[in-house]
Amino acid sequence: MPDTAPAIEVENLVKTYAGVTAVNDISFTVARGEILGFLGPNGAGKSTTMRILTGYLPASSGRVRLCGLSVSTQPDEVKRRVGYMPENNPLPEDMRVSEYLYFRGRLKEVARRKLGPRIDEVLELCDLKRVRHKIIGKLSKGFRQRVGVAEAILAEPPVIIMDEPTIGLDPHQILIVRDLIASLRGRMTLIISSHILPEIEMTCDRVLIINGGRVVAQGTPAALRREILGRSTYALELAGDPGALPAILAGVEPTLRISATGEPDADGFRRIALTTEQTAELGEPLLRALTAGGGFRLRSLSRATPTLEDVFLAATRRSWDVRAEDLRKN
Amino acid sequence: MKHFPTILGHEIRMLLVSPGTYIAAAFFLGVMGTVFTTILEDYSKAAQEASPAQVFFQLFWLPVFFMVPALTMKSIAEEQRLGTIETLLTTPVSTTEVVLGKYGATYLLYLLLWGSTGGFFYILHRFASDAHFLDPGPLIGGYLFIAVSGLLFVALGILASSLARNQAVAAILGFALLFALILGTGFLLQIPALDAQLFSPLKSALEYAQVREHLGDFTRGVVDTRQLLFYLSGTVLALIFSILSVETKQLHS
Repeated sequence: MPDTAPAIEVENLVKTYAGVTAVNDISFTVARGEILGFLGPNGAGKSTTMRILTGYLPASSGRVRLCGLSVSTQPDEVKRRVGYMPENNPLPEDMRVSEYLYFRGRLKEVARRKLGPRIDEVLELCDLKRVRHKIIGKLSKGFRQRVGVAEAILAEPPVIIMDEPTIGLDPHQILIVRDLIASLRGRMTLIISSHILPEIEMTCDRVLIINGGRVVAQGTPAALRREILGRSTYALELAGDPGALPAILAGVEPTLRISATGEPDADGFRRIALTTEQTAELGEPLLRALTAGGGFRLRSLSRATPTLEDVFLAATRRSWDVRAEDLRKN
Repeated sequence: MKHFPTILGHEIRMLLVSPGTYIAAAFFLGVMGTVFTTILEDYSKAAQEASPAQVFFQLFWLPVFFMVPALTMKSIAEEQRLGTIETLLTTPVSTTEVVLGKYGATYLLYLLLWGSTGGFFYILHRFASDAHFLDPGPLIGGYLFIAVSGLLFVALGILASSLARNQAVAAILGFALLFALILGTGFLLQIPALDAQLFSPLKSALEYAQVREHLGDFTRGVVDTRQLLFYLSGTVLALIFSILSVETKQLHS
């Protein structure tokens, strides 16, 4: 039943190259129409996993199914259903944009009759109309990147895999590519890998963090924050004796701890960071307790929202620790 | 093989817009034109034994050494360097189709360039009223030899290109392979040690692979199936190795 199967199913995927395990037992599922962000430090196995999904590389073991089709036994059928943009977006230097898209469309088995209008459509969608007769080798990075995206969506595949589509772009171009990705939402299943975390946070429904070839965390960005960090952070600027602070904090919320204390500045104010396992808002009770208790002057209080970056760093750090333990055991 | 025509058409187009092709073509026609005028001068001075076509084709290896690497060096090496081979092979296209498409396009261009030397003979025919200059036998045999041996030469060039990531390396490797095949086998035969009884199979194999001897047979009108088999099997082997080379590189990318 290929029509009801999830877009991508990966079970216990392992890939070893010459003794090095690049991907170590990864499993995940992507539903149809979902946008999945693929995060991980360099060398985590992102590109390898994506190449296996497209059928370019064979897996060492494990099962990969795309729209219900096995990548290893029906590679041609899978390749018809995937639009892939590799890392660094390789393009031929000496072709014109429209020629390139025409050639790619023919290879992807778009009917000759439909190809012309479809090329016009993707050129419009990717804002490439102005450069359609230019030679690709002479285009700027932003245009080249959009040619890559246009090529990936050309045959309207149900699954699109893009390896770092926004790398090396300026903020304005990132915005264009992001809008483009957002416009595909719901129609196509997307997997995007990136280092730019706000990027992933803004466009993706779900995030998968991998490190050292293993999945270290997955879920929506909000769920990941709760799961990985598991606490809230407050930043204060106050003047007064920091020694008296723990007693007041315990009165507000027993789990409140001082995680960092700065040096006092010229006016006697110092920065203090507090953490708590309590997820409810503690701003108001804190403010009341600190000002009422006397001896403290408060200049600012804010609740820090952990970014995906914090989650990413915490998750990868956690996985390094696990790996270090594994090594010690052996 | 559904995508073979698409790739073939694309590759022909790419060869026709590449400056390298025109450099190879100009060089080829320049050299062959010079050779042809030299032959004609010799013939106008004194009567010769062989027909001009026979002498003309005897120097076939001279342009082949430069033209074949110049035409083939870019084909696969450039795709591997740019990484476009990855986008190409993630479409429903097989490696075989890609390699054969590139091979076919280069071979057609090779034939086209050699075909253009037919103009020399046309000019000779037009202006020299003497019919015996244009013996059709050696002419047809010569062109047949070019077409058959070209299969193998171009396949070796493609093999060199599939082994390298760099065009210059591919060109030098292609040159080395062609040199070993066309002239190297002749040099090996001259080693006196090969006359020993022990090496007689090797010696007969080398004698079988004498490309320049084959040309002599073809221009005399002898089309030996063993020679046809030599070029065809060599071509198939070189192409299979090219396909394997591309696929191995893919596994280790």
